[in-house]
Amino acid sequence: MSTAPTPPADGVTTEVKKKEPSAVAKAIKGDPDDRSGAGWFVKGMLLIICGLWLVPTVGLLVSSFRTQAAVNTSGWWTSFVNPSEFTFANYGEVLQQSVGGSTLAEAFINSIVVAVPATIIPITAAAFAAYAFSWMEFKGRETLFIVFVVLLVVPLQVAFIPIVNLYSALGIQGTFLGLWLAHAGFGMPLAVYLLRNYIGSLPREVIESARVDGASHFTTFVRLILPLSVPALAAFAIFQFLWTWNDYLVALILLDTARLGQVSTTYLAGMIGTFGAREHLLSAGAFITILVPLAVFFSLQRFFVRGLTAGSVKG
Amino acid sequence: MGSVLLNGFVAIVAGVVGVFVLFWALNEATERVGGTFEEVVKPWVFFGPAILVVTVFLIYPFFDTVRASFYGDRFVAGERPFVGLDNYRRVLTDTETWISLGNNLQWIIVVPALAVVTGLVVAVLADRLSPRPENVAKSLIFLPMAISFVGAAAIWELIYKIQPAPRRQTGVLNAFIGMFGVEPISWYENTLTNDFALMAIMIWMQAGFAMVLLSAAIKGVPMDTIEAARIDGATEFQIFFKVVIPQIASTIVVVLTTILILVLKIFDIVRVTTNGRGNTQVIANYFYTFFEGGNYGRAGVVVILLVIMTFPFMVINVKRFREQEAQR
Repeated sequence: MSTAPTPPADGVTTEVKKKEPSAVAKAIKGDPDDRSGAGWFVKGMLLIICGLWLVPTVGLLVSSFRTQAAVNTSGWWTSFVNPSEFTFANYGEVLQQSVGGSTLAEAFINSIVVAVPATIIPITAAAFAAYAFSWMEFKGRETLFIVFVVLLVVPLQVAFIPIVNLYSALGIQGTFLGLWLAHAGFGMPLAVYLLRNYIGSLPREVIESARVDGASHFTTFVRLILPLSVPALAAFAIFQFLWTWNDYLVALILLDTARLGQVSTTYLAGMIGTFGAREHLLSAGAFITILVPLAVFFSLQRFFVRGLTAGSVKG
Repeated sequence: MGSVLLNGFVAIVAGVVGVFVLFWALNEATERVGGTFEEVVKPWVFFGPAILVVTVFLIYPFFDTVRASFYGDRFVAGERPFVGLDNYRRVLTDTETWISLGNNLQWIIVVPALAVVTGLVVAVLADRLSPRPENVAKSLIFLPMAISFVGAAAIWELIYKIQPAPRRQTGVLNAFIGMFGVEPISWYENTLTNDFALMAIMIWMQAGFAMVLLSAAIKGVPMDTIEAARIDGATEFQIFFKVVIPQIASTIVVVLTTILILVLKIFDIVRVTTNGRGNTQVIANYFYTFFEGGNYGRAGVVVILLVIMTFPFMVINVKRFREQEAQR
């Protein structure tokens, strides 16, 4: 892997460019000796914007540790001068709460059950398709690919009436299988599009030499293309995982939550519905449900950013 | 709890292993036959499943939804009767439709523009910091992108909360305006503020996306174009607006359209906060109210309206794709 030639993918090059001071940075800084005044302005502005952007999330975090009485009578910011209001009890209590027939822990597991296959199924199918669109010769290759380009913007709302009818006829309405396949369908256009951009830009000589050595397309794909495409696969995997974990609409319509239990978003929406009564628990519940996407996001941010830039800038 | 865990584990393994086995088996089968059959069929084995799922989940549903839009909302003698354009007439004469369309229009004008402006400002300013603070600042702006719309709605309750008169305000905004003696506002119910209250949540979530792409584009602007402008005596503002902006214009357009398409389909935020009350209805939630009530005819019409709004972007995408292919 380490000796493999690096594909000239957009994401990778932006990563490298970051190291050197950029053109604009130098331009705005102007003379390096004369930057004291501007420096304060820049830092001040950024501090204000970042502060504004953080207020809602910090508020949530602080609220989640406040007693019920405190939540009902004062704003979360007052806790900084009244630290006696802090408690861990909300977290203990919210884990006991049942919303729509599920505990938060069950909803959490269900979200994993939905999101993991709903990520791996489309990424596998898309990687095979991306290879075919890049390195196999067949009639109508470009036309078929344009179908995916067109489908990139089709709103998934078109699917619900026909799919509910179809699933009911097939007997899979409300099941995890139905939900996975639907997520695979909805995520497929972007997956094929992103992965083809990447796999199509791998060096031709590498693929051709493997073919000359007698490797079949299948072997070439599994042994060569998949390992080389790890950055792109990871980028899309994170994207799709966050999307399916955070999805509310598709689960609302295609998952039988009465039988299989809630997922974290439907659980949270149920809590918001009964907001008044359990306000002090909502913050703790919300914070727990956003922990996974935040953890995924912060640990794999590099890949995620790479995927976004590769997918949209050069596209 | 235990059974949920076990079922979940079995479900994940079945789903994940299933897709690998599928490709392996299809490939084996074509190789067994061999010859020209293998040559012709092999590409279909590779891209077939991808084409199949988009056909089942996007292409066929589009046509079936068009069909559904011509059939009645209610069952008559066990089936939905053909009603021609009646659903269209009913939807297009419903004031809720026009409120939704108006709101969607407001969303697609306000949200992408403000998200891009915020993203651009942060990208430009953060670019002047050393790498570590730059990354911290950018991560903070980007963080809301990882949160679900439902989670974001829960978070923003803490900003928009209102308490009845004698009690102390516990929401950030009402406490803030209270410091200046302004009466508390019910942000989600006041028809002057509710749309903007909801849009602010979306801007908060999308500014980070805009920033990441714009930051990458700004870092790609060639140094010599800027040096040349400086030698010609341009001010820093002139350089930014006349040299940098034109070179990142295509990225700005891409970011604007990406957010715009997302905003067109906005559902969750409205659903879990106002659910369309107080004239905040949007097309996707309007669709859901029909769908939920089993009114598939009118639900179909609303989806068609949504699809029509995306047509220009399909054309733009295909055009852009062809241009890129020509450059390859």
